[in-house]
Amino acid sequence: MTPVKLYPSKPKKVYFFGTCLVDLFYPEAGLDGIRLLEREGIEVLFPEDQTCCGQPAYTSGYAREARAVAAAQLGLFPEPWPIVVPSGSCGGMMRTHYRQLFAGSDLEERANEVAGRVHELTEFLVHVCHLKLEDRGEPEKVAMHTSCSARREMGLAEIGPALLAQLGQVELVEQARAAECCGFGGTFAVRHPEVSAAMVEDKTTAIAEAGAQRFVTSDCGCMMNIGGRFEQQKTPVEGEHIASYLWRRTS
Amino acid sequence: MSVQTPGVYTYSPREFHRQAHDALGNPQIRANFRKAMDGLMTKRRDSFGDWDLEALRELGANIRLRALAKLPDLLEQLEANCKANGIRVHWAEDGDQACRIIREICQSHDARSVVKGKSMVSEEMHLNAHLEEVGIEALESDLGEYLVQLNEQTPSHIIMPAIHLNTDEISEILHDKTGIERSRDVDYMTAAARSQLRERFMAADVGVSGVNFAVAETGSLCLVENEGNGRMTTTVPPVHVAVTGIEKVVEHLRDVPPLYSLLTRSATGQHVTTYFNMISSPRKAGEHDGPKEVHLVLVDNGRSNIYQDDELLDTLRCIRCGACMNHCPVYTRVGGHTYGTTYPGPIGSILSPHLMGLEETKDLPTASSLCGACGEVCPVKIPIPDLLVRLRRESVGEGRGNVPGAGVKRTRKEAAAWKGFQWLATHPAIWRSGTAVAGKLKVLAPSRLGVWTEYRSAPKPAGTTLHALVKRHQASKAHEEER
Repeated sequence: MTPVKLYPSKPKKVYFFGTCLVDLFYPEAGLDGIRLLEREGIEVLFPEDQTCCGQPAYTSGYAREARAVAAAQLGLFPEPWPIVVPSGSCGGMMRTHYRQLFAGSDLEERANEVAGRVHELTEFLVHVCHLKLEDRGEPEKVAMHTSCSARREMGLAEIGPALLAQLGQVELVEQARAAECCGFGGTFAVRHPEVSAAMVEDKTTAIAEAGAQRFVTSDCGCMMNIGGRFEQQKTPVEGEHIASYLWRRTS
Repeated sequence: MSVQTPGVYTYSPREFHRQAHDALGNPQIRANFRKAMDGLMTKRRDSFGDWDLEALRELGANIRLRALAKLPDLLEQLEANCKANGIRVHWAEDGDQACRIIREICQSHDARSVVKGKSMVSEEMHLNAHLEEVGIEALESDLGEYLVQLNEQTPSHIIMPAIHLNTDEISEILHDKTGIERSRDVDYMTAAARSQLRERFMAADVGVSGVNFAVAETGSLCLVENEGNGRMTTTVPPVHVAVTGIEKVVEHLRDVPPLYSLLTRSATGQHVTTYFNMISSPRKAGEHDGPKEVHLVLVDNGRSNIYQDDELLDTLRCIRCGACMNHCPVYTRVGGHTYGTTYPGPIGSILSPHLMGLEETKDLPTASSLCGACGEVCPVKIPIPDLLVRLRRESVGEGRGNVPGAGVKRTRKEAAAWKGFQWLATHPAIWRSGTAVAGKLKVLAPSRLGVWTEYRSAPKPAGTTLHALVKRHQASKAHEEER
């Protein structure tokens, strides 16, 4: 059986691992995640030397390189505070694959210890902070895209919709095949561009046909993919990281 | 070695990109697969109803793991018990040897015609072509296989071989090749094909079938099917040859019901199939029907090599339900033929490299977004995404080197790019020079970043990094606290 995940009680402090995509392309999403945590009375520690979780090299088969990059992150979280990551994909890499990556190595124990403290941001907000939201935004129809890593690797399919359901003015629309991959898949999108394009085409169609004015996601890879497709089609549906969306509508 | 049948269609895993391009541009293929896969996903989900699916999958995985852990012993036990039941057992190291064994059995009976139940391992070893070379006609009796054979194609799905064809196309094939009236009436077409096949069953010299579960403790062979063609194939001709991969063995008879429940629900959403055959012996004295001879051909064909590796071993848990392809967003869009292998979709992408080598199949392990849908539905919990990553490692020469063709995909350019990535990501001060890094990231996909913008607008580096924003944020907080 899949073990039941136990959550800690709300801590005084957390570490925030921003991820490289957020760092480079969507820094506001990272900052909004930090603001949400701070509003819950948590001090957020941001280790300056963080870079990337190593996933791109890992999924490309370059395990040694991935291990070196991951090893450089392992030392950034010396205190026993939870590690919060605004991405199901990078969070899944750290929570699940670090264990595999370091199995049998000198760093195994430390990797397992770090992995056990990793939480995806929205999961942490719901299960640890028991976040309560008061919507101050305009009425809007929104589609939720839960990333495949958040949905399947982290088991968080219910979290995003549950948070959006707290926003009184937001109508969460039902899209066809919501659980299907948007076609990003990291290097998949460049190694198999035509297949990836067919997938994102179907995803944008489903979101638009559902009548969404906006889509919200917890992963920036999906946002870059789906949002990039909408933008190129000139369809006026914008993507927003769920951290920014929640912060924007409740602050 | 590409999968080739005589005729117009030949596919090769080497041509995955071209074949994917063609399939994506073919609205008929797209629509046929989308519709079929949507239906299969719904049926599967509904068929498990209120069951504790996770507990059942765990049970299925454990049954298969236990069988694999004891595989060498169970195979010996199976052989001994089959022999005691009067079933003759043959061992084949590879597909060619298996073909030779079956050919020799046929020739020893002066067989001219063979009727076949559905068997993917016989596709894997190209049995039909082999038999035809020596003048023995091999006729597929599963309706889907029959259509595919008439149309000179290979199966596009391991459970539903003709799933790429719609009603109109099937009507056209049956009209062209067998002369029946064109029709959109599925019952009419099915009845016509069945009556064509029935005559052939009666005339066949040898029946060849696959095996779903070979039970070591009883020496019996289980065959799961819906059309009755499996039962006809294994009971009407005087000789029955069952052919299977060595991994299909299970320890106990009691292991079969859970696996069968998982198999039918995962495959077609059925609670049971129309037929479940248990073949335990040839015709006994005083019995009125059944074959006079039963043979079992156990085929290795690379499987014991997979077995040697404690990670890759999980590949052999597979019970061939096809749920991974039904739920795969890539398979759904490109269809089965695009893969150019006997086994398409996610299971094919982790199995084919062992059967054909990574040189042939190097584009298959990457033909997945690692969305995890395959692993989520696999009834025996094969960690397919992890195995895809493992094979990606093998193909760039970063694995254990025990998969044929390991290292074939390694290029100096890509290896250097990942070394560069490693260097940057382990030198945080340099990494932090934000936009400069953003520019350098393009080296990760030097020739392919262009394709991103064919379908999407380009991602724009934000100009300010999160690192910088956090610094500013912390400074302003400190400032507020001071006041």
